Amino acid sequence: MSISEIDYGTLARESATLVTLDIDGREVTVPEGTSVMRAAMEAGITIPKLCATDMLDAYGSCRLCMVEIEGRRGTPASCTTPVAPGMKVHTQNERLGRLRRGVMELYISDHPLDCLTCPTNGDCELQDMAGAVGLRNVRYGYDGENHRAAVKDESNPYFTFDPSKCIVCSRCVRACGEVQGTFALTIDGRGFDSKVSPGALEQFMDSECVSCGACVQACPTATLTEKSLIELGQPEHSVITTCAYCGVGCSFKAEMKGTTVVRMVPHKDGGANEGHSCVKGRFAWGYATHADRQMKPMIRESIDDPWRTVSWDEAITYAATRLRAVQQKYGRGSIGGITSSRCTNEEVYVVQKMIRAAFGNNNVDTCARVCHSPTGYGLKQTFGTSAGTQDFRSVDKSDVILVIGANPTDGHPVFGSRMKKRLRQGARLIVIDPRRIDLVRSPHVSATHHLQLRPGTNVAAMNALAHVIVTEELVDRDFVADRCDPMEFARWEAFVRDPRHSPENTEQYTGVPAAEMRAAARLYATGGNAAIYYGLGVTEHSQGSTAVMGMANLAMATGNIGRDGVGVNPLRGQNNVQGSCDMGSFPHELTGYRHVSDDVVRQQFEEVWNAALDPEPGLRIPNMFDSAVDGTFKGIFVQGEDIAQSDPNTQHVFAALRAMEIVVVQDLFLNETAAFAHVFLPGTSFLEKDGTFTNAERRINRVRPVMPSKTGKQEWEVVCELATAMGYPMFYRTSAQIMDEIARLTPTFSGVSFEKLDRVGSVQWPCTDEDSTGTPIMHANGFVRGQGRFMITEYVPTEERASRFYPLILTTGRILSHYNVGAQTRRTANVAWHPEDILEVHAHDAEERGIRDGDLVSIASRIGATTLRARISDRMPQGVVYTTFHHPVTGANVVTTENSDWATNCPEYKVTAVQVTLSNHPSDWQIRRGALVEVAAE
Amino acid sequence: MDTTREIIRMANQIAGYFQSYPQDEAVTETAGHIRTFWEPRMRQRLLDHSSAGGEGLHEIVTRAVERLRVPPVGSA
Repeated sequence: MSISEIDYGTLARESATLVTLDIDGREVTVPEGTSVMRAAMEAGITIPKLCATDMLDAYGSCRLCMVEIEGRRGTPASCTTPVAPGMKVHTQNERLGRLRRGVMELYISDHPLDCLTCPTNGDCELQDMAGAVGLRNVRYGYDGENHRAAVKDESNPYFTFDPSKCIVCSRCVRACGEVQGTFALTIDGRGFDSKVSPGALEQFMDSECVSCGACVQACPTATLTEKSLIELGQPEHSVITTCAYCGVGCSFKAEMKGTTVVRMVPHKDGGANEGHSCVKGRFAWGYATHADRQMKPMIRESIDDPWRTVSWDEAITYAATRLRAVQQKYGRGSIGGITSSRCTNEEVYVVQKMIRAAFGNNNVDTCARVCHSPTGYGLKQTFGTSAGTQDFRSVDKSDVILVIGANPTDGHPVFGSRMKKRLRQGARLIVIDPRRIDLVRSPHVSATHHLQLRPGTNVAAMNALAHVIVTEELVDRDFVADRCDPMEFARWEAFVRDPRHSPENTEQYTGVPAAEMRAAARLYATGGNAAIYYGLGVTEHSQGSTAVMGMANLAMATGNIGRDGVGVNPLRGQNNVQGSCDMGSFPHELTGYRHVSDDVVRQQFEEVWNAALDPEPGLRIPNMFDSAVDGTFKGIFVQGEDIAQSDPNTQHVFAALRAMEIVVVQDLFLNETAAFAHVFLPGTSFLEKDGTFTNAERRINRVRPVMPSKTGKQEWEVVCELATAMGYPMFYRTSAQIMDEIARLTPTFSGVSFEKLDRVGSVQWPCTDEDSTGTPIMHANGFVRGQGRFMITEYVPTEERASRFYPLILTTGRILSHYNVGAQTRRTANVAWHPEDILEVHAHDAEERGIRDGDLVSIASRIGATTLRARISDRMPQGVVYTTFHHPVTGANVVTTENSDWATNCPEYKVTAVQVTLSNHPSDWQIRRGALVEVAAE
Repeated sequence: MDTTREIIRMANQIAGYFQSYPQDEAVTETAGHIRTFWEPRMRQRLLDHSSAGGEGLHEIVTRAVERLRVPPVGSA
């Protein structure tokens, strides 16, 4: 694909009313509200511009896009002038040319004339406009007062800010506000002194800037430029692909020089992100070529032995032989595997196929077990399928947004920006979270209600909201009668009507004032289109599945399901969590969420796979660990996950891995889990993969290789070779063939193919026929299960309680600059923002313990202890502390327990009773880990 | 770790959810949940523990276990 995309100058407008006008003698028809500039561009007529770009509202400051309109005085700016019926526009004549040259003369009189050595030479709109208007001289000269000596700000690790090249068009300032919603940039000063300023004349790194890159993308000159572009020069081709970080699944143009990535630019036509990005996707891709990457297969007899680099054949044969030997000794069910949400649908599919067909059991699970498995259970019980109900665009139509247990501006930043945009337009916000996340109060956004509940009381809060909706007659009776199971509704209604669920009674559990809870319920039920967005703060609890069903109940009771602007929407943690679940990674389900005990379904797979399949469910990840410690589970294949860092009760995970006789790790790096591995199979980064990811809105996007695999193989090829070496022949020529098999066996994917994805960009499942591009909004005309099912959601407090010895509650989460266990982001310059995990502590709790900001503290639970630095934070309520798990040395999961969701075994990461004390040394666990890492590195 | 204790805890949690439903339905749902999601050796461990007296098991689990001992309709 070519590098440059068409910039239409102003935003596209949607209107049923079309307007026809004449531009330079051509008849043009566009939606009402479209600017003259955009109408011209859509007709192929380019109007010179500098301050206009089609990601931003029109601004009208550069005066370069002026046009003449018959019957109107002067030369109006075409970017700010809307089309009108019958309008006659002239974009080029002698007068306009003269005026434009005058404008350009002024700009160039205060601009460095170093085009030949400028990093954006060949991709500079100022340069282009000088050419377009025919600028031949500058009458004012270049010696007058100017900004050419302005000092460059290179504080940001990814881009530079060179104010000497700035034309003060405000595109960066507007992008920061309108697109990103951070408002970190402003124009300081007036007139000639006007200059772009991060914060109050701060350096970029000292300001509120979140490094999303929107300003860099918007800049028409070399003022804001990627450092990679400065180093490498202009790219010569680009490839559209999909980001490998969070569940938003942003589309990017990988701009390339041969097989070297020059920069990643968010793709304007990307259905999920529509041209926006965050610091991870935009900039943090350098891990793909990091020196830590392992490119060769390695094996070792014992985990105490040094690694030995071997050929692919030897590694695969060795792994196959040891896996089979374990099965012969301990039985067919003694081995299993884990699929990865960081891998493509095709890669995940072949791993679960290998386990079911070659291993001969259903001991396959996925990392969704520890994040969104309750979503799968809860939404399937109530709606009939394990997926969010909306596309991301839907939020543009929401009037009330309820965010519970999610932190979109950090965890799902591009969607967070979209949500903030809607909030700035007037939608009202309810946040349910123990922590004061940024959305509660940020520039031009303020939550109407922040229900700062105690950790572990989500279900009590859902029931309190439902109680108000039922007892105050706010139920959408028509919707319920039309769409839901009446018996289940009647039972639920009677349940939540009970006074024990009233806000006044549940306040003792939640800590949320009853009046606030009632007001939030009324707003959700009566404020117009109400949408729920939630994250792991809902699912990672002993009642995670109950809380998901509680939210589904609320949506059904108020009729907020089945159309734009409403719905129940899980914000998926990893890029392909949705896809890995869809692909049959759970031990009880084949692709498309069909149970292994279903004879008809199983037979379809048996015929295509030519293998007998086990009709019994397999072990889940925590069950695998328990069985390993118990001595009945002896071998595991781990695809692209670092379970030794990410899963709870690290010491139990270590014990389980140690107890196994064969651990095979397929990954980019020798991660924490690899310390226990006997076979290491090097994996591929997203820049080398050929396949698809499915994001949180069920959007299937292509992942295209922009460079050859650095290991010489695609990951699915390695898995096929391992299955074949184990006696089950598995072969595909291309990843497209794998998708064809998925489509053949999975009704919701039956209309999906690489050919279609390449043709239409992306599709959202269910996509059930050749002509369909999928289903953006689910349950529009009826629930997948037929009638919506209300579920009883009794509040059962977690067994994990604060006590005299462990008086605080620890809750864990993530931060903007890092991703999951940090394996990728720690190997990028993102460490500049978050070099270590920090424990956030309320000032009162800190003072009681003599803890000052920055002190080293020990955090101990009933399970284990670790040491990290403390930060005094007013985000936390008293009695609750918070940390992230991005750095292995911190070992946040040494502290977390094995308590888990009743339905799915999803760990209860969000509630751990702890004590925090001042410390001056690493914990015992950290010392032991240090020794382990030293051995592993040998 | 004591795997049987973990099995008891998990089974009781399931019963803890379904106990809000009428008793017979709760027993059916608990048995159904365990049959649908638990690997056979976990189920067997639960059955063994129940046979050994079933100490610590929720009443609903105890009744659900009896249903688990009966093969589901249609199975070989």
